[in-house]
Amino acid sequence: MSQITDAYRGLKLGERWDHAPKPVRWFVMLLVVAFAFYLPYLNILPFAYIRTDLTSSGSDWASVLFLIVVYMIVAVGLNVVIGLAGLLDLGYVGFYALGAYSIALFGSTNSPVVEAMQSKFGLSEEWAVPFVVCIPIAITMSLIAGVFLGAPTLRLRGDYLAIVTLGFGEIIRITARNLDGVTNGAAGITQVPVPPGPESDGRAFFNTIDAERWYWLALAILILIIFLARRLENSRVGRAWLAIREDEDAASVMGVAGFKFKLWAFAIGATLGGLAGLLFGSKQQYVEPNAFMVQLSFLFVAMVVIGGSGNIYGALTGAFLLTYLPERFRDLVDWRPFAFGVALVLVMILRPQGLVPSRRRAREFDDRREEAKEAAADV
Amino acid sequence: MSEQTHAESSTDTDVVLEDTSNHDQIAIETSGEVGEVLLELDHVTLRFGGVVALNDVNFQIRRGEILGLIGPNGAGKTTAFNAMTGVYTPTEGAIRFKGKEIAGIKPHTINHLGIARTFQNIRLFPEMSAMENVMVGCDARHKTSVVGVLFRTYRVRPSEEELPESGIRRSLAKVFGISRHTLEERAGRRRSMELLRFVGIADRAHELARNLPYGYQRRLEIARALATEPELICLDEPAAGFNPAEKEDLMGLIRRIRDLGHTVLVIEHDMKLVLGVTDRIVVLEFGQKIAEGSPEEVARNPKVIAAYLGEPDDAA
Repeated sequence: MSQITDAYRGLKLGERWDHAPKPVRWFVMLLVVAFAFYLPYLNILPFAYIRTDLTSSGSDWASVLFLIVVYMIVAVGLNVVIGLAGLLDLGYVGFYALGAYSIALFGSTNSPVVEAMQSKFGLSEEWAVPFVVCIPIAITMSLIAGVFLGAPTLRLRGDYLAIVTLGFGEIIRITARNLDGVTNGAAGITQVPVPPGPESDGRAFFNTIDAERWYWLALAILILIIFLARRLENSRVGRAWLAIREDEDAASVMGVAGFKFKLWAFAIGATLGGLAGLLFGSKQQYVEPNAFMVQLSFLFVAMVVIGGSGNIYGALTGAFLLTYLPERFRDLVDWRPFAFGVALVLVMILRPQGLVPSRRRAREFDDRREEAKEAAADV
Repeated sequence: MSEQTHAESSTDTDVVLEDTSNHDQIAIETSGEVGEVLLELDHVTLRFGGVVALNDVNFQIRRGEILGLIGPNGAGKTTAFNAMTGVYTPTEGAIRFKGKEIAGIKPHTINHLGIARTFQNIRLFPEMSAMENVMVGCDARHKTSVVGVLFRTYRVRPSEEELPESGIRRSLAKVFGISRHTLEERAGRRRSMELLRFVGIADRAHELARNLPYGYQRRLEIARALATEPELICLDEPAAGFNPAEKEDLMGLIRRIRDLGHTVLVIEHDMKLVLGVTDRIVVLEFGQKIAEGSPEEVARNPKVIAAYLGEPDDAA
C-alpha cells in the first residue's frame, strides 16, 4: 500500500490518472458518465447552483445541457480538423447547417423537397422520409460536402485555407436563404422530424417539453464519438495528422500521404458537424438560415482553441464553458459579449496552449518507465 | 554512458559486428544484389529561373555502398537530394531508382518505393515524442485504413506468439482474430524502440522531440528515416554541429546502418568523416560533377583540392 502511495506522490493530476490501475480508471469514468446522465435532475444544494433556471429569466436547464452536448460533438469534430490535422476551418458552421437542413429537407412534411416527392410518387401528404433514414442521408451529405470542399482547397495552406472555408460557411447559409423553392428561404422549414420512440399522453417520446431525453440521446452519441475519436487519435491516422500539422513537407518525405489524410480529417470533421446539426435541427423542430451565422463558426473555433487544441478533453471543456457560462449568467445580458472578449484575451495571454492542453504522451507513463528501464539495461 | 559505448564500438570491428547482430528485427530485406545500380542520376539539370542549381549531373549509387556527396557551399548537394526525394522535379534528365523513373513522383510515393532522407536543418515533428516520430516512419509501411482504425474491421489470424497470455482474451483472439491495427501498432512500437536503441537514444524515447538535445535530435532523424525501411537512406550533413567524439560515433553508426542492408548516401562537410566512412565519393561544384572515385582518388584529385579541400597538405 505504501508503495502505491509513494508512486503517486508528487505526480500531477493527469499523471496520476495515467498511473491509476485500469479498474480504478473505469470506475471513475463510469461515475463521471453516470453523473453526466443525472445532471438534468441535479437538485442538491450547493451543486444546484450550477443550474441555469434558478431565476425566472433563466433558460431551461435540460435544454442548455442538450446544447452543450451538441456543441461538444461539434468541438470533437473540429478538434480533428484544427487540433490534430492543423487545418484552420472557419466555415464549420456550413457542415452544421448541412446536417440540420438534411433532416429538415427530407424529413419534414413541410419541406418543398418532400412535397415534390409526394406529388411525384403519389404519396400521402403525411409521408416524409423516416427519421432513421434521414441520419445516413445527413451524414452522407455532410461527408460529401467535406470531400467536395476539401478536394480542391486542401492544396492551400494556413490562412488561405481559412479564407476559403470561411466563404464556404457563408455560401451554405446564403444558398439556404435564397433557394426559396428548395429550402423555403428565410421562412425556414417547420415540422422537422424527431427520433422515433414510444408515445405517451399523445406526445412523442422526444418532444419539446422533456428536453432531458434529448440531452440523454445526444450524450450517448457524444460518448460513442469520443470513443471513436480516441481510437483515431491513437493510431497511424492520428500520428499522420500530427505529423502533417507539425511539418507537412517532412511528413511527406517520411511517407505520409498528406493530401489523403487531410481529406480524411476534413471528411470526418464534416460528418461530426453534420451529425451535431441534425440533432440541433431535430430538437428545434425548425430550421432557418439565420441560425447558422458565421459567428457560430468563430464560436466553434474559439471552443477548440480555448479548451486546448489537439486534446479531445480540452475541446470538450471549451465547448462546455463557451456554451454554459453565457447561459448561466444570462442576467448580465449586455455585459456578456464584453466578458466573453475579455475572457478570450486573458486565455490567449495567460494560457495560449488552451485550458486543458494536450498531454497525450503522458498517457504512456507506465510504458515510459518500463521501457526506459529496459533500455538503460540494454544499452 | 551510451555515447562511450558507441565511440568504442566504432573503432573496434568486433564490437561493431556484435552490436549489429542484436538488431535482426530492424534489418531490412533487400530485393537485389550488392553492387548493382540502385539509384541513377542521368544527365540531371535543375534550374530555378536563371539559376542553374544542377547542371548535367551524372552519377550512380550502387546497392550496399556508402557514397559520399561533397562540395563547397552552394554546390547543389542538397538540391540533388531534393530532386531524388521528390521535393523538386528536374528540369531535364532522368532519375531512376531500381530502374524506375522517379522524377516528378510525389515525395511520399518515393518514400514507399524505398528512399528516405534526413534534413540538413533538423525537421522533426517537435510536438511529438521521439517514439512517435519514429512510429510515423514505421507507419509508412503499415496498411490500416481509417475505417480499419475506427471499427477494427480487418482481422488477422494471430500466430502463437501474438496471442495474449491470459484466458478470455486468448480465446477471443483465437475466435475473432486480432485486428491488423493492433498488430501493426504493436510491431511499430517494438520496431521503433529497437531503432531508438540502435541509434542510441532509447533512454529518452518518450520525451518530446523539441526537448531533446541537439545530438539526440540528429540521431532521431536517422531513426525516423530508417523506420520507413528504405533501401536507400540519404543523410544530409548528419555531423553538422558535432564534436570530434560525436563524429567518430556517427561514423560507426553509418557503417552499422549499411550493415543492416541499407545503402547510404551521405552529404558531409567534414572531410575526415567523409574520407573515413565512404566507399566512393562524388564531388559537386557550382552544380556540376567535377570528380568521382574512391576517397583516396578524390583526395588526390587536383580539381577537388582546388575547389574544396584547400591546400594539398591539409587534405592528406
